[in-house]
Amino acid sequence: MSDFLQLIISGLSTGSIYALAAIGFTLLWQASQTINFAQGEFVMVPAFFILIGSRVLGLPFPIAIGFGLAVAVFTLGFVFKRLVIQPMLPHGHLPIVMATIALAILMRELVKEFYSAEAQTFPALFSEQTFDVFGAVISHQDIGNLAVSAVAIIALQLFLGRTRTGRSMQATAQNPGVAEILGVNVQRMVLYTFMINAALATLASVLISPIYLAKFSNGEPIGLVAFLAAIVGGFNQVRGALVGGLLIGVIDNLSAAYLSSEYRIAGPMILLIVIILLRPQGLLGTSEGRTV
Amino acid sequence: MFKTITLATALATFGIIGAASAETLKLGNVAELSGPGATVGNAWTDAINMGVDEINAAGGVLGMQLEIDTYDTQTDAQTSRALVQKAIDDGAFLILGTVYSSSTIVNMLVTMQQGIPQIVGSESPSITQKGNPYVFRSSFGAQKSMPKIAAYLDEGLGAKSVAVSWVNNEFGKGGHDAFVAEMEARGIEVVADVSSEVGQADFASDVTQLKSANADAIFVYLHEEESARLLKELRKQNVEAPIIGETTLLNQKVIELSEGAADGIMGHVGLTVDAPNPEIQAFAKRFSDRYGYKADHNAMKGYVAIYTAATAIERAGELDRQKVADTLHNMTITVEDVPNILLNVSWDETGEVSRESFLVEVQGDETIVKDMLPAN
Repeated sequence: MSDFLQLIISGLSTGSIYALAAIGFTLLWQASQTINFAQGEFVMVPAFFILIGSRVLGLPFPIAIGFGLAVAVFTLGFVFKRLVIQPMLPHGHLPIVMATIALAILMRELVKEFYSAEAQTFPALFSEQTFDVFGAVISHQDIGNLAVSAVAIIALQLFLGRTRTGRSMQATAQNPGVAEILGVNVQRMVLYTFMINAALATLASVLISPIYLAKFSNGEPIGLVAFLAAIVGGFNQVRGALVGGLLIGVIDNLSAAYLSSEYRIAGPMILLIVIILLRPQGLLGTSEGRTV
Repeated sequence: MFKTITLATALATFGIIGAASAETLKLGNVAELSGPGATVGNAWTDAINMGVDEINAAGGVLGMQLEIDTYDTQTDAQTSRALVQKAIDDGAFLILGTVYSSSTIVNMLVTMQQGIPQIVGSESPSITQKGNPYVFRSSFGAQKSMPKIAAYLDEGLGAKSVAVSWVNNEFGKGGHDAFVAEMEARGIEVVADVSSEVGQADFASDVTQLKSANADAIFVYLHEEESARLLKELRKQNVEAPIIGETTLLNQKVIELSEGAADGIMGHVGLTVDAPNPEIQAFAKRFSDRYGYKADHNAMKGYVAIYTAATAIERAGELDRQKVADTLHNMTITVEDVPNILLNVSWDETGEVSRESFLVEVQGDETIVKDMLPAN
């Protein structure tokens, strides 16, 4: 029983970080019908911005996080939207897919070239002290990861639902043409979405890097799992990405322990296939009509 | 003109020329400079470059300066195979690397087919068991290390059961199989057998399985970064069983990345810069002065590899690849003859290495040598 509880809690902790990355997929999809195949690298890179702030510029760690966040929001939000997405958007989805795949490769190579190809230690936000719950060992880090992710997602939901800017962003996501007629600055709302995605990716980076270690190659597995989570939960719902992330985190752990550690990725993949067959829009997603 | 080309082709085919211009001898270093094996390959490469500079400063090999071309495999087996071929096409007389067994097992076929001597840092037993007359190790195969670990578990710890965490690739499978065979021979029960993937980041479920087995000891056979992640999770889940490893687990990079979680682990290492040996200490100082970080066993493997290559070519007396390979078989290099070989070392007819090794314990950030074990 304690083993099962241990696996569930560890899975939820890691899954909550996957959820932050997965939300990025859903946000960008809703705002600009864009699938960002560099999303994993968007989680990997901020850790290096923070390490540059901390180790190269000598900033205290909390300030370095602020530095990393600012750089990430500018480069992965503003610059990414203006230089990559905006010029490509009129040409359809495929050029954006190709561009983001290329961007992912470029980001990996830049980190490798200008920082290091080797894994780096990354300070944890929370202490590594542990306590027992029915025989399962839970660390402050597990609880902290869950809490920070939950607060971020709730704050995002409140922002989108309760503020004028958030509602304008939702209107843009639902129907940009009508939103523009109603006086919403659509391009600005789309830009905000990209900047929020960059901020969430930075948060995911801060939470996951102490566990994964900061490394240029981290983006691939994170991006894959976050993509799975977004599909499982529902690509057009923020809360769907949350459920998808948590579910993938837990099922990954359970399948490694109870099925086979050699085929641990099979568990989430089987879940994905079952969900696509039974509910193509994802667990919490809504069907999208298609204009023919 | 035609005769000249024909003669040159024939000489190159038999490995008598090629690889050397008037004053230089070209060697190829094919290593894991990026990807999961970057820690390993960079240390290996740095040490080779240092060795090349020293050898050249001392007059080179057969009167020629060594020239080293380095190729990054990205820790990918198929890439390594292509790069070994590229190194040969570029004129390398001899190949150094790779370190990852899963790459070596693939790329050594290229050197075997073309009769090019290859000195590798890989430890999977299968590498020297395939009858390849051109492959030579610079460090032990796992089949040489595991009997020493088994003896420690049995006689040193009195363990009756053990849980095993291993990486599911050529390196890990080779070590795992050799270890399990030793456990069976000594009547020690393997109560948990947990495999993981290269680059795996989350070890929560692995550690839950290892912990619930309640074994007398946990044996870890993973690469460096995964070892560090596993150790952190083992400490997080308050696992109290002794943690034992072989070489990679006790690497300096693991100690650094695991941020204190390596404290107290024990194991066997074929090479360590913490050995109380004047040649090794001198190497460690030169390395850290030059690169600003502490050498590990991968650096020592690379250093031994380049001095092995230089000594074998020198002893062969001419640039004949077959003669160099023949020289390497059953060769012994003593520290008296070549101080930078670090420890007396011998190769058998399969290219396997034999030399003394060490039982070590991690205390804080330091690796302490507890015992020196005889060659087997």
